[in-house]
Amino acid sequence: MKILVCIKQVPDLESRFKPNGSKLWYDEADLAFRMNEYDEYAVEQAVRLREQLGDAADVTVLSIGPDRVGEALKKAMAMGCDRAVHIADPDALLRDPWQIASIIASFAGGRGFDLIFTGMQSQDRGSAQVGVLVAELLGISCSTTLVGFACDGEYVIAKRELEGGIKGVVKLRLPALVTCQLGLNVPRYPTLPNIMKAKRKELLVIPVAELLATGPVAATVSFHPPMRKGSGMVLEGDVSTLVEQVIGILKEKTAVLR
Amino acid sequence: MKALLVGEYREGNLLDTTYELFGFADQLGAETALLLVGSDSRLPAWVGTLYLADAAQYGEYNPELHTQLVLEAVARESADCVVFLHSSYGWDLAPRVAAGLKAAQVSEIIGIREEGFEVGCCNGKMRRTVKPATPSCVLTIQAGAFPQLQPGGSPTIIRMETAGSSSLEFMGYEPAEAKELNLTRAEVIVTAGRGIGKKENVPLIAALAKALGGELGASRPVVDAGWVPHGHQVGTTGQSVSPKLYVACGVSGAIQHLAGMKKSEFILAINKDKEAPIGEVADLLVVADLLQFVPALTARLAK
Ligand SMILES: Cc1cc2nc3c(=O)[nH]c(=O)nc-3n(C[C@H](O)[C@H](O)[C@H](O)COP(=O)(O)OP(=O)(O)OC[C@H]3O[C@@H](n4cnc5c(N)ncnc54)[C@H](O)[C@@H]3O)c2cc1C
Ligand SMILES: Nc1ncnc2c1ncn2[C@@H]1O[C@H](COP(=O)(O)O)[C@@H](O)[C@H]1O
Repeated sequence: MKILVCIKQVPDLESRFKPNGSKLWYDEADLAFRMNEYDEYAVEQAVRLREQLGDAADVTVLSIGPDRVGEALKKAMAMGCDRAVHIADPDALLRDPWQIASIIASFAGGRGFDLIFTGMQSQDRGSAQVGVLVAELLGISCSTTLVGFACDGEYVIAKRELEGGIKGVVKLRLPALVTCQLGLNVPRYPTLPNIMKAKRKELLVIPVAELLATGPVAATVSFHPPMRKGSGMVLEGDVSTLVEQVIGILKEKTAVLR
Repeated sequence: MKALLVGEYREGNLLDTTYELFGFADQLGAETALLLVGSDSRLPAWVGTLYLADAAQYGEYNPELHTQLVLEAVARESADCVVFLHSSYGWDLAPRVAAGLKAAQVSEIIGIREEGFEVGCCNGKMRRTVKPATPSCVLTIQAGAFPQLQPGGSPTIIRMETAGSSSLEFMGYEPAEAKELNLTRAEVIVTAGRGIGKKENVPLIAALAKALGGELGASRPVVDAGWVPHGHQVGTTGQSVSPKLYVACGVSGAIQHLAGMKKSEFILAINKDKEAPIGEVADLLVVADLLQFVPALTARLAK
């Protein structure tokens, strides 16, 4: 069984975001990048399936982006993916979901993947589109927001998370694509021996120009911080002063402290 | 501008959130038609063209057949845009319709601007304005971002059918995990977010909850990691609460968390990041390391 996992590298979300020169996206300087959280669940699920199926399975991990995404690909290989494909694209962050999906589909088309895993959304862009679009472009079965997964080699039994915590159970025929939600599993930490092993795994680099054939269908016209509508108070300072201030405010503004 | 709205129907009921689509269309100034895979006995209260397909036949979740139905209605209506809720139903279906129409999709819209649609990004810390560049477009709107507009009246029904098989089969619903804890009655909730760092710090937050006479709440990652049981989760996939006092410790304020607690009477947030989006709903944001501040506050309350 041939398995593909798509991962995106995103900035650490506790960072401060400043608009870049074009004012259409964030400035990358000073940001630390890591694997999109949702994609960690996708990698883990693919690796678990590989462990279940043994050598009958092969897991390729793919990422589109500049050189730095090599780090995320190495992490995925250290978690257990067999090989990596880096689609080298310095402008990946500026592309719309339609273009990203087209690049992935043009790589995957004809390569006979039985199962594709993606995250349900990226944390920085959060469009929740790329996975489903890839499935549509490839004409394969698809379901989203998985919190449960089982596969016997012919069908996938997927548990989708719905609002309020109810789940919908869906049976998909392979080939299929699924998008992974938080909590689907517990992603592993790569061990040192596996990190060493990952260094010897194949990492294929493909220039994006070989795969990209479409322009964007949507344009970002501005990128800006939210307008602060909160009339809330902000307190900073040393802890003991803060504690006294907070107690005072709670006494005044709420009925819970007397 | 003509908008085809796609309503939601689950477990035999029309979902109220469907009315948010009318609220959005109203702000957009669009003429509307609605498509629903639902039933005659649960019609939306609104006057207009309803493209109705039978959920008993096409299933409540069958994205392949539902996509066919939506595309058919778009063609009959010559709609300029198709609008979904950004929900488990909408975000699953919208890209399929976008692919079918070769149209741009803008996801999780929170506002309408002259230059385009406003959406959140970077986990709610920043905003983008996005403009579709195709003749028609697909839009999903953030849950709760637009008011529910319930116009009243009854629709004119056009029955929809589609042929075709599907590569996927819906097998049924599984109920949400039993909530062994009812947070909705608590007057005070003190929530542990991922910012607590590790499981061993849960007692720090629980101790503050106790000192304030309240219950322990948790954000999703804290539950997913197994630090706190699911019954404590606050948010769209947990419980919705509105206590007199909500204390968010190390919670960034993602939309799915805010949806479950923003109606609290007083919100105190403790976060080391002054820019964290929780600041938008907090009455009081304390910028501090919770590992120092929380125990100090607990100790002071015990005095
Ligand atoms: C469909 C869907 C449904 C979801 N449902 C829910 C839900 O029901 N409930 C929910 O909570 N989430 C839900 N989520 C997840 C949500 O999007 C966020 O990922 C989650 O709420 C983030 O949790 P957090 O704020 O605890 O963690 P993070 O976003 O990681 O934030 C941690 C915060 O802690 C702060 N911090 C770190 N260290 C310290 C310190 N020492 N002192 C003080 N502050 C510190 C950081 O500045 C940061 O702001 C859902 C997501 C999806 C896609
Ligand atoms: N640049 C990228 N490279 C590889 N996969 C990606 C990329 N961008 C998005 N994806 C995949 O698509 C999913 C959804 O992304 P999005 O539509 O941006 O929310 C992510 O969780 C990834 O699995």
